[in-house]
Amino acid sequence: MTNFRTSVSLLAAAALSLVISAASADAADKKPEAPRDWTDSGRLLATSGVSQVEGAAGGGLAPWAVITGYGTDDSIGANLHGTYVRLPDFALRSGGVSVGLFNRVELSYTRQTFDLGKTGPKLGLIDGYTFNQDIFGAKVRLIGDLVYDQDTWLPQISVGVQYKKNDRGPLVSALGATSDHGTDYYVSATKLFLAQSLLVNATLRATKANQFGLLGFGGPNRDTYSTQFEGSLAYLISRKFAVGAEYRTKPDNLAFAKEDDVYDVFVAWFINKHVSATLAYVDLGDIALMGRQRGTYISLQTGF
Amino acid sequence: MKHILITALVFALGFVATSAQADDMLYNDLGGEKGIATIVDNATAAFLADPRIKDTFSETNMDRFKLKLAEQLCVVSGGPCIYSGQSMAAAHKALGLKDMDFNALVEDLQDGLDASGVDFATQNRLLARLAPMHNDIVTR
Repeated sequence: MTNFRTSVSLLAAAALSLVISAASADAADKKPEAPRDWTDSGRLLATSGVSQVEGAAGGGLAPWAVITGYGTDDSIGANLHGTYVRLPDFALRSGGVSVGLFNRVELSYTRQTFDLGKTGPKLGLIDGYTFNQDIFGAKVRLIGDLVYDQDTWLPQISVGVQYKKNDRGPLVSALGATSDHGTDYYVSATKLFLAQSLLVNATLRATKANQFGLLGFGGPNRDTYSTQFEGSLAYLISRKFAVGAEYRTKPDNLAFAKEDDVYDVFVAWFINKHVSATLAYVDLGDIALMGRQRGTYISLQTGF
Repeated sequence: MKHILITALVFALGFVATSAQADDMLYNDLGGEKGIATIVDNATAAFLADPRIKDTFSETNMDRFKLKLAEQLCVVSGGPCIYSGQSMAAAHKALGLKDMDFNALVEDLQDGLDASGVDFATQNRLLARLAPMHNDIVTR
């Protein structure tokens, strides 16, 4: 099943690349009349961010106020992403698609798979047991421009929602979760201090999710929304490279195991406006009594 | 870890605040009058070679344009010049420029700065002072 999904993602990526090259060839052919170019990729390199773990444009962990892709006020952008996090006792995979409309609205779909691998039997489950969740996201940019607003302290600010549906209802319920689905609400403020080559992001998220939702929503400790903080700091080394760190707090709703805050340090490589790669060291803390989960995070993104 | 991040944030903002004050050396870091002349030459060549925006210069007297661009970069970077050209709004009003055009020019300017040997951090200090002109230049 996993291989099948990987194949589908690769196929979709290949198809999208074809569409992109066809679109650019088309645009080149018809230059004299200069018709509206819906896929102008007119924003500056790296300003699309990368795809965060739930599929929104941002860093690796936190959604940022930026809109996915390189579309301007006059055009659209889109991205496909695939992310793999290798942990001592688990693996986390995600893949998804996101569309940015007129640098104003972002819509995204991501499927996450939390793979227990050989740890399954230790938790009374089968070898290679997976928790999956579908995440539908929407984000709207309210105010501010990341790049142009260099003469004011006003950041770019967006609000977003992420509806998450877990496919292991009975099990997460047995673990104490109140629900197998939930909706996160967030507001992100992202400021580029261009003169200092520094990007700062702060996100506040209202959520009931346990381990991003992979272990359901709500629980014995708490069954109401709590407000969590997600911070990102990125330094631009060149047009193509950024390094940084992120920190994300999480609720601790379940009683059977403690849930920790998470952080990462990353390097993102924007090869061009169509391909980027992110490599990170991530610490997801204790997960399901298996001890501290620290590992490697690799994410690829392709789009326009 | 939380404390480390908060410390890093405070440090970063402090860094932003102090370097914002002490940036009147940008003109020198761009190489002064001579450096700016090189930047203008390289950037203008990039503008005219860019199929996305070269047509917007079809009615432009390029010698005059280069003179005014050099004056402007000098003034913006804190150099001893006076900008004698039109306002940004007046100069671009008739062109009907979009975000894509503005950003294409930024990319070409970055190429021109690269070709002139200006390092990335210095480029960003200059771009940060030019970026707010977007609102006067982009009218569509």
